[in-house]
Amino acid sequence: MGAPGPRGVLRGEKNLEKITTDHPHGVGASAARPDGILKVRGEFAYSSDLWAEDMLWGTALRAPHARARIRSVDVSAALALPGVHAVLTHEDVPGRRTYGLEIEDQPVLAVDQVRYHGEPVAVVAADHPETARRAAAAIAVDYEVLEPICTEEQALDPARYGYVHAPAEYRGKAAGNVLHRQRVVSGGGVTDAVRARADVVVRGEYRVGMQDQAFLGPESGLAVPAEDGGVDLYVATQWLHVDRRQMAPVLGLPEEKVRISLAGVGGAFGGREDLSMQIHACLLAQRTGRPVKVVYGREESFFGHVHRHPATLRYEHGATRDGRLVYVDARIVLDGGAYASSSPAVVGNAASLGVGPYEVPHVSMEALALYTNNPPCGAMRGFGAVQACFAYESQLDRLAAALDMDPVELRQRNAVREGSLMPTGQRIDSPAPVAELLRRVKALPLPPAAGPDVRELPGALSNSTHGEGVVRGVGYAVGIKNVGFSEGFDDYSTARVRLEVIGGEPAAMVHTAAAEVGQGGVTVHGQIARTELGVERVTIHPADTGVGSAGSTSASRQTYMTGGAVRLACEAVREALFARGRARYGWTHDDLSLAGGKVVSAADGVLAGVAELLGGEYVEETRVYRHRPTQPLHPETGQGFGHVQYSFCAHRAVVDVDVELGLVRVVELAAAQDVGRAVNPSAVVGQIHGGSVQGLGLAVMEEIQVSEGKVRNPSFTDYLIPTILDTPPQPVDVLELADPHAPYGLRGAGEAPTLSSTPAVVSAIRAATGLTLDRVPVRPEHLTVQRPPTG
Amino acid sequence: MRIGFTANGRPVVADDVWEGESLLYVLRERLGLPGSKNACEQGECGSCTVYLDGSPVCSCLVAAGQVAGREVRTVEGLAGEDGLDPVQQAFLDAGAVQCGFCTPGLLVQTHALLERDPHPSDAGIREALSGNLCRCTGYEKIMDAVRLAAARRSTRTEVDG
Repeated sequence: MGAPGPRGVLRGEKNLEKITTDHPHGVGASAARPDGILKVRGEFAYSSDLWAEDMLWGTALRAPHARARIRSVDVSAALALPGVHAVLTHEDVPGRRTYGLEIEDQPVLAVDQVRYHGEPVAVVAADHPETARRAAAAIAVDYEVLEPICTEEQALDPARYGYVHAPAEYRGKAAGNVLHRQRVVSGGGVTDAVRARADVVVRGEYRVGMQDQAFLGPESGLAVPAEDGGVDLYVATQWLHVDRRQMAPVLGLPEEKVRISLAGVGGAFGGREDLSMQIHACLLAQRTGRPVKVVYGREESFFGHVHRHPATLRYEHGATRDGRLVYVDARIVLDGGAYASSSPAVVGNAASLGVGPYEVPHVSMEALALYTNNPPCGAMRGFGAVQACFAYESQLDRLAAALDMDPVELRQRNAVREGSLMPTGQRIDSPAPVAELLRRVKALPLPPAAGPDVRELPGALSNSTHGEGVVRGVGYAVGIKNVGFSEGFDDYSTARVRLEVIGGEPAAMVHTAAAEVGQGGVTVHGQIARTELGVERVTIHPADTGVGSAGSTSASRQTYMTGGAVRLACEAVREALFARGRARYGWTHDDLSLAGGKVVSAADGVLAGVAELLGGEYVEETRVYRHRPTQPLHPETGQGFGHVQYSFCAHRAVVDVDVELGLVRVVELAAAQDVGRAVNPSAVVGQIHGGSVQGLGLAVMEEIQVSEGKVRNPSFTDYLIPTILDTPPQPVDVLELADPHAPYGLRGAGEAPTLSSTPAVVSAIRAATGLTLDRVPVRPEHLTVQRPPTG
Repeated sequence: MRIGFTANGRPVVADDVWEGESLLYVLRERLGLPGSKNACEQGECGSCTVYLDGSPVCSCLVAAGQVAGREVRTVEGLAGEDGLDPVQQAFLDAGAVQCGFCTPGLLVQTHALLERDPHPSDAGIREALSGNLCRCTGYEKIMDAVRLAAARRSTRTEVDG
């Protein structure tokens, strides 16, 4: 990185240095993770594991109210505590006081009001975490508590209920409490004449609860003040450069003095796209001149990152008697909470993907996000598309019932394929095997009936049934997700690749700023280097801001984008090497490749060894990869070539429901997904498993309970994520139909499985119970209290 | 206060321990053993699981003072001189490690399971690991890893025996 670094004082730095592995596995192999051995030995340094000589602990004081004016803040009692080194409020921020991913509307520390429960008001640095906590509790804040704006009705009536952001401070593209709005109209929209062509009409209003990413590694990091007046930050994040872009103006520093290195990341799922402790730790380090470590506890983590937008989705589908969709008229309202985060992109996805992977001649769609005094919502795996998928797939089931048609057949009859037009007017120009995925997932053998072991029945270890009252159901769903950043965003990634000789053997080093969050990006970057450069030894350089931006580890984009950049850089290295050969030996071949550490001509065989050609020097190239450009969606019609690539997954869920107690056990969750090319088949299947289970969680258990703007369940005791007992066997069928526009033909894989698993599970519960179930998560009382009387 | 105990076979001493500190905190912040993880610190996630006198416990729920004079074995103490424990190797080979934050706790819990039941059924594996949350893998490859470790251990035992 060049600048003075603090690495010598860090403990637990093994993965903050380079990791080298030797193996022959290139693109298409289930290569092992380069960080795997460190992880199983407990030696992989996560962001919460870092430690520096003389470091302090930072913590935040957070607002106990959803909406309040701050009359005064008195930090004197906190400062007086022994061991406390700094207490900072907004008055201590040296630069800009707000930040944001797309819209700079979020204060670093509350200025004169708080807009959500948990908003940071002050930060403390002390010599022990408990001292820091006690100091934060000793800060006296005088609040004038206001009535929070919590519902759609309240948000849409600012004359009566007020503004979350006063009109003079509003920074979005809409107005009032509407944070963002996108319409999509195709086929002239849904007119009376269009409605008249439908033989069957189904309507529904669906709700999706607020889901949490619940990554296990809490928000954390270590900020170290540098001699040049800048700061070095070691942190778990999803996009180093966008963190820096937001941090530098607040810290009053030029970007080059904010150096960020990726520390070990314990999962992300979108929850690390926004800043959490980054600026706070750096402010405290600047003030105290000492390294400052911040580690959220689980409760603070629930307050410290954005969540999946809760949504209300009103849909009307019209179809002909033979099961052809005629129109979809829909309105999707997303609760954005107090600050913008990535809400505009979430709205864009919901609007443009809101009818699902179906050909629909007439569409009238409106999606909007609202500002409220609820917790801020933003990125979570599959955003915008997850909420819509639950609604449109529920509608397809309802339509199939109205038509008395098999629900899979109805979906297949209307499924998009390559060449289909999306409601945005974008033609799908690569494989879109939606009907085939449904066929495959349906063709898998069904699991046997539950045996006598109570652990395999609803209620499991609670021993609540031996099979009485248990009914089985089967459900299907399919979804569509965009890959990469859409709507005209200049989406790119950067890679630096070096080819050198170590111990007589050629070796590659790959340096990117891509955030490895667990998905295995570092694995596939090594595989690509092996394939392109014909080497076995690859060193992964730690991700940091010493190289250009890799973009975000989100939107299913990193294998496509940073994988594409690594390939480009490798090609440049290869060409530079061949140029040496041409200059030195007068080669005239146009059929050269690298294999087994040698330059090989297809016609003439081995020409030279890489080691010989390099002669003690190295070749290094840096390249930027861009996917093909997209266009913004027209604000009123939603028309435009908005998305780079689409990704499809289908699920079949089998459930057993104890209809007396309202307990659900998912017996099996089968998936079929097209990934274009499985660069690492084992990792791809791991993504499908993990994504599917997050969808299962949304279906039957996961919800942040918010009432009057207050979060009621910020713990793993009260916010439940699936355990291994809640999780069934998951057969996976992977298709590889190449996308000609993408590196190696691959298709981003990480998010699509999170979409359709939720509606598939709910569909199966409906099949078992006969209930309507228009809200997720489905809770026991939805299955018992609402149950129609029998007999 | 000062606390002495045995960690991974070596005597250790921590000074200036505040009474409210957990075993997890002392391991991570005072003894340079951060392998045990801090995902919830209230006994719900299992990522801080260690052996205490041979029994797996959530080290976040054990007050450091309770450990005086006792034996603790953490994920850092699973591998032997001759390499990884079969459970560690199986997690790698099965692809059961993604972000890896749950991995240390799962390794210790799986190790303890196979010590007491070398041939667990699938239902038995799920029951034994039900206190260990994982958010990345959907648990399928963790099931594969435990089955693989059990199979390898039994092969090794037969050869050794």
